[in-house]
Amino acid sequence: MLQIKTPAQLEEFREGLLSKRDPNKPCITLCSGSACHASGSTEVAARLEEELKTQGLADQVDIRRTGCHGFCERGPIIVIHPDEICYFQVQPDDVAEIITETIKGKKIIERLLYTDPVVNEKIIHESRIPFYKNQERLVFGSNGSIDPKSIDDYLAIGGYSALSKALTAMTDLEVLGEVKKANLRGRGGAGFPAGIKWEGSRNAPEPIKYVIVNADEGDPGAYMDRALLEGNPHCILEGLIIGGYAVKANEGYFYVRQEYPLAVINILHAIKEAERYGLLGENILGSGFNFKVHVHQGAGAFVCGESTALMTSLEGKAGEPRPKYVRSNVKGLWERPSVLNNVETWANVPMIINKGADWFTSIGTESSKGTKIFSLVGKITNTGLVEVPMGTTLREIIFTIGGGIPGGRKFKAVQTGGPSGGCIPEDKLDLQVGFDELTKAGSMMGSGGMIAMDEDTCMVDVARYFIAFLTDESCGKCVPCREGLRQMHRILTNITQGKGKEGDIELLEELAETAVEASLCALGKSAPNPFLSTLKYFREEYEAHIREKRCPALSCKELINFYIDPEKCRACGTCRKQCPASAINGDKKIIHIIDQDKCTKCGTCFEVCPTKFGAVTKLSGVPVPPPLPEDQRTIKKKSKENE
Amino acid sequence: MEIEKIDQIIDKHNGEASNLLQIMLELQSSNNWLPKEVLKRVSERLDVPLTRIQHIATFYKAFSLVPKGRHKVHICVGTACHVRGASRILDTVEEATGIKPGETDMEMKFSVETVNCLGCCALGPVMEIDGKTHGKMSPAQTASVLKNYE
Repeated sequence: MLQIKTPAQLEEFREGLLSKRDPNKPCITLCSGSACHASGSTEVAARLEEELKTQGLADQVDIRRTGCHGFCERGPIIVIHPDEICYFQVQPDDVAEIITETIKGKKIIERLLYTDPVVNEKIIHESRIPFYKNQERLVFGSNGSIDPKSIDDYLAIGGYSALSKALTAMTDLEVLGEVKKANLRGRGGAGFPAGIKWEGSRNAPEPIKYVIVNADEGDPGAYMDRALLEGNPHCILEGLIIGGYAVKANEGYFYVRQEYPLAVINILHAIKEAERYGLLGENILGSGFNFKVHVHQGAGAFVCGESTALMTSLEGKAGEPRPKYVRSNVKGLWERPSVLNNVETWANVPMIINKGADWFTSIGTESSKGTKIFSLVGKITNTGLVEVPMGTTLREIIFTIGGGIPGGRKFKAVQTGGPSGGCIPEDKLDLQVGFDELTKAGSMMGSGGMIAMDEDTCMVDVARYFIAFLTDESCGKCVPCREGLRQMHRILTNITQGKGKEGDIELLEELAETAVEASLCALGKSAPNPFLSTLKYFREEYEAHIREKRCPALSCKELINFYIDPEKCRACGTCRKQCPASAINGDKKIIHIIDQDKCTKCGTCFEVCPTKFGAVTKLSGVPVPPPLPEDQRTIKKKSKENE
Repeated sequence: MEIEKIDQIIDKHNGEASNLLQIMLELQSSNNWLPKEVLKRVSERLDVPLTRIQHIATFYKAFSLVPKGRHKVHICVGTACHVRGASRILDTVEEATGIKPGETDMEMKFSVETVNCLGCCALGPVMEIDGKTHGKMSPAQTASVLKNYE
C-alpha cells in the first residue's frame, strides 16, 4: 500500500477500511492472552479454522485472535459478534457444536455460558456479566476487539487519530499542556505526574532526548502491562510517538521484560507496520516530525524496573541504579534527558489527546485521575485484569467484580503495590483506590497488583516471602539494602520456623528504618513495607509465632502437624493412597494414622479427605495426640455398637 | 559453539558494544548457556573487558554459566502462586528430581528454576516445563507430570 502522508489520507484510508468491513458478518473473537493460551486457546483456534472449512463457512465467518480479555479465570474465552455471545472455558471438542448450533442455527449453547453465582442465572452477553459490567474499561477495553498483529484493526477503531491530531492540529507545547492539565500520574509505581516529568525533559538544554516505555513489569502477581503489550501494542506506540513530539525527542525505546517473548514479537511487528504505513519514521503525516523506535529486552533483573537501573541496562551494562542528584528526565540514558513512563501511562496518552484533559479529569478522585488496571489474583473467585475508575473502593473490586473469596473462606487482607507495597486488612476495605489513599494506608498503588488473601494465608510468611524476593533481587550496590534485607530475611525465616525470640520484632523494626532511610534507590527504600504493614495490622500473628510457636493461619510448615481425627476417619483409604511420602498407615476398616516422622507436610491428605468426613486436621501450637492403640483402630459398624 | 555462529550473532547487532546485552541474550537462547570461549570471543569482538561481561552474565538471571538439562522446569513463585501453595509444588519437584532451584541433575535431564510470575495467575500454582504451562497443580499432579519426561 501507499504510505499515509497527511491526516486526510489517514481518514480516507480509515473510511476505506470500514466500508470494506460488514458489521453484520459473524466474527468469532478468541482470547489468546497468556492465561488462555495456557488453557488451550491455540488448539481451539486451530479447530475453529478446520471446522469452518469443513462446514463450508470459511469465507462467511471471520476469526480474530485477540489479546487478553481480562477474565482469565474462565479461559479460553470466545465472543461471537455481532450478537456478542460469550462462551467460557471452551475446549477444542466444543468447536463443532459452536459452529453448527450458534453460527448456523443461531442457537445458544447453555453449558458454555457464564452462570451468575448469586442468582444462578445464565448470562449470554459479555457486557452483562458482573465481572465486566462493573468495570470501566477505557484503556483495556479495545483488547477484546482487535488482533494485535493487525494495524488495520487498530485503525478501524480510531487508532492513530490522536497522533494525527497532536502532530497537525496542536503544537508540541499544547500537547504537553494537555497531558499536564490531565494530571496523568505514572501507572508504574510512585505516581509521579507525567506532564511534569515531560516538561523537565523538554526544558533541559541538551538537544538529543529520549522517550522510553518501561515494560519491565517485574512485580509478581501483576500482568496488566503484559496484556496491553501483547493485546494492543499500537496504542502504547501511539502514546510514545505523541510523547516524543511533546518533549522534542526523536528516538524512543521499549524496554521489555525478558520473560515476555510474545510482547517483544508483537511490539516489533507493530513498529514495522507503523513504519510501513508512514505513521512512524521520517516526516510523520507531513508534520516534519521524525521518530524512530528501538526495542530492548531485559535479562531478568527486577531492579531494572527502577528508572536509573533501566537506563544503565539500556546502555548495555549491569542494571545498577545510580544516585539521582540530577533526575533522569534531565540526565538519563547516555546522560541525556530521558522520559521514562510505564506501559499503562503511555497507553492513556492517545485517549487524553482525543477526548481532552477536561474529560479525563472528570474521572477519578481529587488527586488521582482516570482509570487504573488492577491484576486481581490470589485467593479470589474471578481472577483477572480489572479496570476501574480511581476512587472505586477495594470492597467493590474484590467482592462485586472479583466475586469474593472462593471456597467459603474468610477474607483476611489484600496486598497491593507489589513487593514494595503492603497488606490492607478487612476493616479498611472501604478505602477508595488512589495513589495517595493507598500510601496513607501503609501500602501503595505500585503497578496495580492486587493479591487477595484469605484466612489460610499467614501474614508473617507473606512478609518473609516479599523480603526473600527483594533480598534476591537487590543489586548489592548499597549496604542497607544488601545486608539489611538479608538479616531481615534471616530473622523472619526463623520466626516462621518457630525459632523466633523476644526482641526480634524490635530488631526488624530497626533494620527496616535503616533500609528506608539510607538505601540508594526505591527498591531498598520501600523494601521493608511488606513487613511494616503486616506488623501494623497483624502484630498478634507475629507474637503468636514467637511466643507460642503457633501459626494462627495454620500455614507455616515447621509449626503445623497434620493429624487424622480417629472419631471422624472412616478408613476410606483416599489419603493413604495419595500420600506421596507413604506416611499414612491404615487398611480397610482400620482407622488411619499419620506417621509424623515420615510426614513431609505437603498437605495432600488434608485436601483429598472427603468433605463429608473432614477427618484430617491441622494442628499448631499444641502437641499431636498419641496414636490410637492397635486394638481400638478397627471401625465397627454402628449397628453393632448399639447391640 | 562455533566461532562463525557467535560472529553471526554479533554482526546481526552491528558489533556495537551498546548492544552487548542483546547479543548475550541471543547467544544464551541459541546455546542454552554461555561457555567461557563464547564470552571471550564477545569480549574481543566488541572490545569490552571480559570482567564487564562476567559482571553482566552473573548480574542478570537470564544467563547461565553452566550447561542446562534437557528439560527446563520453571516453578512460578509469584505472589499469587505463593498464596496458592507454590512452595508445596517446589518441595515436590525438589523431592522428585533431587535438585534445588538453579541446579541441573547429573544425568542432565532436568534443570529447575524458580520464576517470579509467569502472568497466568488464574492458573496458579503454575509449573512450566519446556515452555508448556501446567496450571492448578497439586503435589500429587506435579509428581506425575514429571514422570512423563525422559
